[in-house]
Amino acid sequence: MSSTTAHSVVEPGRYLRFFAGAVVVVYALVTMIPLVWIFITGFKTPQDSISYPPKVIFEPSLEGYVNLFTTRTRQTPDYMATLPPPETWYDELVRSRQMVIAGPSKFGERFMNSIIIGFGSTFLSVFLGTLAAYAFSRFRIPLADDLLFFILSTRMMPPIAVAIPIFLMYRTVGLSDTHLGMIILYTTVNVSLAVWLLKGFVDEIPREYEEAALIDGYTRFQAFVKVVLPQMATGIAATAIFCLIFAWNEYAFALLLTSGTAQTAPPFIPTIIGEGGLDWPAIGAGVTLFLLPVLVFTILLRKHLLRGITFGAVRK
Amino acid sequence: MANVSLRNIDKSFGETKAVRNVTFEVAKGEFLVLLGPTGAGKTTTLRLVAGLEKPDAGSVLIDGADVTSAAPASRDVAFVFQQYSLYPHLSVYDNLAFPLRSPARRMPEDEIRSRIEAVAGMLRIGGKLQNRSTKLSGGEMQRVAIGRALVRRPAIYLMDEPLSSLDAKLRADLRLELKRIQRDLGATILYVTHDQIEAMTMADRIGILSEGRLVQVGSPREIYADPDNVYVAARLGQPSINVLPLGALPVRSAPRTAYSVGVRTEHLDISRDGGPGANARLDWVEHLGDQNHLHIRLGDHRLTILAQPGTDLSAGEALRIEAANPLFFDEDGRRIR
Ligand SMILES: Nc1ncnc2c1ncn2[C@@H]1O[C@H](COP(=O)(O)OP(=O)(O)OP(=O)(O)O)[C@@H](O)[C@H]1O
Ligand SMILES: [Mg+2]
Repeated sequence: MSSTTAHSVVEPGRYLRFFAGAVVVVYALVTMIPLVWIFITGFKTPQDSISYPPKVIFEPSLEGYVNLFTTRTRQTPDYMATLPPPETWYDELVRSRQMVIAGPSKFGERFMNSIIIGFGSTFLSVFLGTLAAYAFSRFRIPLADDLLFFILSTRMMPPIAVAIPIFLMYRTVGLSDTHLGMIILYTTVNVSLAVWLLKGFVDEIPREYEEAALIDGYTRFQAFVKVVLPQMATGIAATAIFCLIFAWNEYAFALLLTSGTAQTAPPFIPTIIGEGGLDWPAIGAGVTLFLLPVLVFTILLRKHLLRGITFGAVRK
Repeated sequence: MANVSLRNIDKSFGETKAVRNVTFEVAKGEFLVLLGPTGAGKTTTLRLVAGLEKPDAGSVLIDGADVTSAAPASRDVAFVFQQYSLYPHLSVYDNLAFPLRSPARRMPEDEIRSRIEAVAGMLRIGGKLQNRSTKLSGGEMQRVAIGRALVRRPAIYLMDEPLSSLDAKLRADLRLELKRIQRDLGATILYVTHDQIEAMTMADRIGILSEGRLVQVGSPREIYADPDNVYVAARLGQPSINVLPLGALPVRSAPRTAYSVGVRTEHLDISRDGGPGANARLDWVEHLGDQNHLHIRLGDHRLTILAQPGTDLSAGEALRIEAANPLFFDEDGRRIR
C-alpha cells in the first residue's frame, strides 16, 4: 500500500517525532532488558552468572545449554583419571567440572510435549472457532445470541475452580498425563475466545463476496474456502497467536494434570532450580529456548497481520 | 440468452415488506431497467431472480422453467453487485477468471485467457489485468465487475446500480458502452438504478418501483409521456413535472373528476405580458451552464421550468403562462386519461 490511509493524518513535527521516538526506545529498553539478561545468562558460566557486580562482558560458554540437556554425576579425580579421553566438546566441558554425563535430561522431551500440545490445541481451537464463527455469522441459528453468551460464559469461571473436578474426571477416563487430554483441555478453554474473535472478523466480510461466488457456480463450502478464508487471514493469524500464547504459557493445569509423559515445559523449567543448587545458566538457556517458538510463530504470521490491516483500509 | 418472468412475488424481512405482489417479464435480449428511490425493493427483486432470496409467495421463471427454489448456481445468471464488487485478495485477472474456474464450469485455462482478453479489450482494462484489484480506481473496479459478468456469457445479467459510484463523465461513457455491448451480444439484462437518465437512455422498457410495488412498466417514451399516476410522472423529467391543484393554472378543458394537473416544462406556453392577461411573475433565472431554469411564481404556487434557449426574460417580469398539454390526476393521484 502507498502512504494513503483511511483517515488523513497530519505529519507530526520534528521535535514531537523525536520525543515520541525517545519514549518508544526507553520503553523498549525497559521491557527488553530482563529478556536480554536471561538470554545472556544462558551463555555464562555458573560462576559468572552469580558474580557481583554482575558481569556484562564475559567469555561466552555453552555450559548452560549442556547442563539443560544432560544429567551429570560428580566423580572422584581417581575415577576421572581412569576414563578414556573425551569424545566430544560437551564431554570435555562437563569433565572440566569434575563430572561425567549420565544421560540426556528430560528437557527435550518436555519441550516437544509443549510443541505438540501448544500447536495441536491452537490448530484445533482455530479450526473449530473458524467454522463456528462462520456459522454464527452467516446462518440463522435458533437462539444464536444465547449460544454465543453460553460460549463466552465458559470463560467466566476461574480455571482453578474447575481444576479438581477436571483432575478427577481425567483420572477416571484415563486422560491424565496424556497429550490428547491436554490438547482437549486447552482447546476447550481457547475455543470460546476463538469463536468470539473470529466472528467479529467474519461479520466484517460482506456477504456479497460469497453470494457472487454462489451465483458463479461455487458451493457454499467452496465459496467459504476460496473467498472467506483468505479474507479472514488476519483474524485467523491474530486468534492463533492468542491461543498459542495461552496454551504455551499455561502452568496451573499442566502442573496438576501432567507429571510424566505429557508434561509441558512450564512445570518442568522450575524443577531445574531444584537440582543441586541454582544453575542459572541452564535456566537462562531453558527460558530462552522456551520463548523462541512463540516468537517465531508471531514473526511468521506478522505478514498476514499487516496485510489484513491494509485491506481493511481499502475496503470501506 | 433467456427470458425471465416474475409472478406475484412477495418478500418481507420481518415487518418490512420489501417486495409486494410484483409481476413482470423481461423478454429475451431485452434491457429492462427497474427505477425507484432508495428502499423501493430494487436490490431485493434482483436477489430474488438470482436465487439469493426465496420469495414468500409467487414464482420466478427462467425460460419458462420454474426456478423459484433452485440454487443460485443452477440459474445461469450473473450478478453485478451495488457494492463490494471485487475480491480484494485476487488480482484483476483472477477476479475475471474466478467465475470461469468454478467447479460448475471447469473451463481450460487457455480458453479462460482468451475470454478474459476479449472482455478486457471491450472494457479497456487490458493494461490492468495483473494489478491487485484493490489498486484500481473506482471506475476501473466497476468495469472489472461488469467484465466478470460478461466473461461468463450467462443467460441473464442482473446489474445493481453498477455505475452509481462513478463520476458523471465516466458514467455517461460507460452507459453508452454498456448499451452497445448489450446490443452486440443480444443480452437479456435486468438493470437497477435510481438515476432517471440511465433508465431513459439504456432501457428498452422501464419498470417504476415504489415501496415494493411495481407501479408501471413501459418504454421510456410511454413512462415519460403517459404516466399512470403522479408518482410515475414525478420520477422522470428534469426539472421534474410541476403538479398544481386544478384551477391554479389556465387549462383549456379539464375532466370532471380532475383534482390536480401536471405540466412538464416543455408543455407550458410562456409569454411576456405586461397587461391584464398576466398571471405569473418570474422570480429568478437559474443558470446551470448547459441550461437555464426559470423559477416562476403563479399565485401562491411556484413552478420550475426549463427556459427556451436564447431566452431574454429577466427576473421580475410579468408573464402569462398556459398549459398546452396537461396531465390530469384524480384525488388519489391516479391519471385521468
Ligand atoms: N436482509 C434484509 N433484512 C432486513 N431488511 C431488508 C433486507 N434487505 C432489504 N431489506 C429492506 O427491504 C427494503 C428494500 O430494500 P432494497 O435493498 O431492495 O432497496 P433498494 O431499492 O435496493 O434501495 P437502494 O437504492 O438504497 O439500494 C428496505 O426497506 C430494506 O431496509
Ligand atoms: Mg439496492
